[in-house]
Amino acid sequence: MFIIKCPYCGDREHSEFSYGGEAHITRPKQPTELSDDQWAEYLFMRKNIKGLQYERWNHAHGCRRWFNMARDTSNDKIHSVYKMGEKPTK
Amino acid sequence: MKNKYSIFSLIKNSFTYHENWQKAWRDPEPKSSYDVVIVGGGGHGLATAYYLAKEHNLKNIAVVEKGWIGGGNTGRNTTIIRSNYLWDASAALYDHAIKIWENLSQELNFNVMFSQRGVLNLAHNQHDVRELKRRTHANRLNGIDCEWLDTKQVKEFCPIINCSPNIRYPVMGSTLQKRAGTARHDAVAWGYARGADSMGVDIIQNCEVKGIKRKGNTIEGLETTKGFIKTSKIGVAAAGHSSVIANMAGLKLPLESKPLQALVSEPIKPIIDTVVMSNAVHAYLSQSDKGELVIGAGTDSYVSYTQKGTHEIIEGTLKAILELYPIFSRLRMLRQWGGVVDICPDASPIVSKSSIKGLYFNCGWGTGGFKATPGSGHLFAHTIAKDEPHALNAAFNINRFVSGDLVDEHGAAAVAH
Repeated sequence: MFIIKCPYCGDREHSEFSYGGEAHITRPKQPTELSDDQWAEYLFMRKNIKGLQYERWNHAHGCRRWFNMARDTSNDKIHSVYKMGEKPTK
Repeated sequence: MKNKYSIFSLIKNSFTYHENWQKAWRDPEPKSSYDVVIVGGGGHGLATAYYLAKEHNLKNIAVVEKGWIGGGNTGRNTTIIRSNYLWDASAALYDHAIKIWENLSQELNFNVMFSQRGVLNLAHNQHDVRELKRRTHANRLNGIDCEWLDTKQVKEFCPIINCSPNIRYPVMGSTLQKRAGTARHDAVAWGYARGADSMGVDIIQNCEVKGIKRKGNTIEGLETTKGFIKTSKIGVAAAGHSSVIANMAGLKLPLESKPLQALVSEPIKPIIDTVVMSNAVHAYLSQSDKGELVIGAGTDSYVSYTQKGTHEIIEGTLKAILELYPIFSRLRMLRQWGGVVDICPDASPIVSKSSIKGLYFNCGWGTGGFKATPGSGHLFAHTIAKDEPHALNAAFNINRFVSGDLVDEHGAAAVAH
């Protein structure tokens, strides 16, 4: 159990949130021009980092808004929380 | 050569108070080079080394393990073995493993306590009934024993299940695979380690991989906490840490590593002589020979390497257990733990070559790798030795995520992802 600070609602239990996977994966601008390898890279391949990871979360049982988080996956410590479209502070 | 375990060796060693048993495996320092290095001393890695030595006549093999053998997911799972998967490729893969399990204790001269006590997969709604009946038919077409039980037959087969129609998710039937069951997880790692060691495989514990050295697209060796080891072939069987190893070689894998929890109760007298799984309410349980109820909980949704999950997952599982088995309402839980499982988008494993020559991956077994241990090792050894997949693991290559030829087993994988 850990506490997540939603940028809109403040500190809440993590069970109110749903995980949205690795952040900052940009949807291809020209999907029709992608090769199969590039599609696989976009859809399936993940860094799956042990350490500091930038990821997306949704406050599903709260304000229902998406935001980004920097969390260390080796100890679940949250380093920063930032809004969609913003750059990570660390 | 290892002394054979038998009733006579037991009697002989009892005269010296069991203080003079031969060591089951050596504790060697790494040599400067090997033909093949397996990364990960769990069941899958040790089985791979065993079959490389036994069936492919390779003698210069090492297994490097960052902790102690069998200390990762091999020692953390709920020991369930079954092969009732939906698709042809998966059914063949997992049944290959069951066939090896059936003679494994004799082959290894090590009692892995394989117990074919049967596995039930319960249905709790109309959709479950249709899906599980479909799976029963698919299994039978693939030559896998599977039968459908209605609610009354479930009650006869496992009387402690609450089959009242008035519970929130009533039992509407079940599949039963009688050849399925459980095995002693530690014994599998130890048996394969002893077998591999006796054929000359170096099992190097407390040796963590720190880097992979490659020249262009070819493997040259690996950096470890015990120094550089030269090799041209690396087989990665690192479960939850597969991506960490892949990243060292500059590769990405289609995996996410998540915590999966299990727990055991205080020991009680024998009360359940089979394994009962329920996908819909997410509760599965069996009883160990020590008498503890072994309960599998679910995965957390987020990537984490912490080997511990959240409390709400356990709470959800125990709620379901108590509705299905009100008899356990006053039972206390003894221990709880987590493991890090590597999950593929299609809930099927990867046993495959990679884009780097000499680098092979056996990963993505997700929440259900234990059952496949002997088959996985056998096929991975073939893939490494021949530099091409065996017919049984050809479908489980990394390229399926490019071609789109996925093996979608979310329905049969039991733990909801």
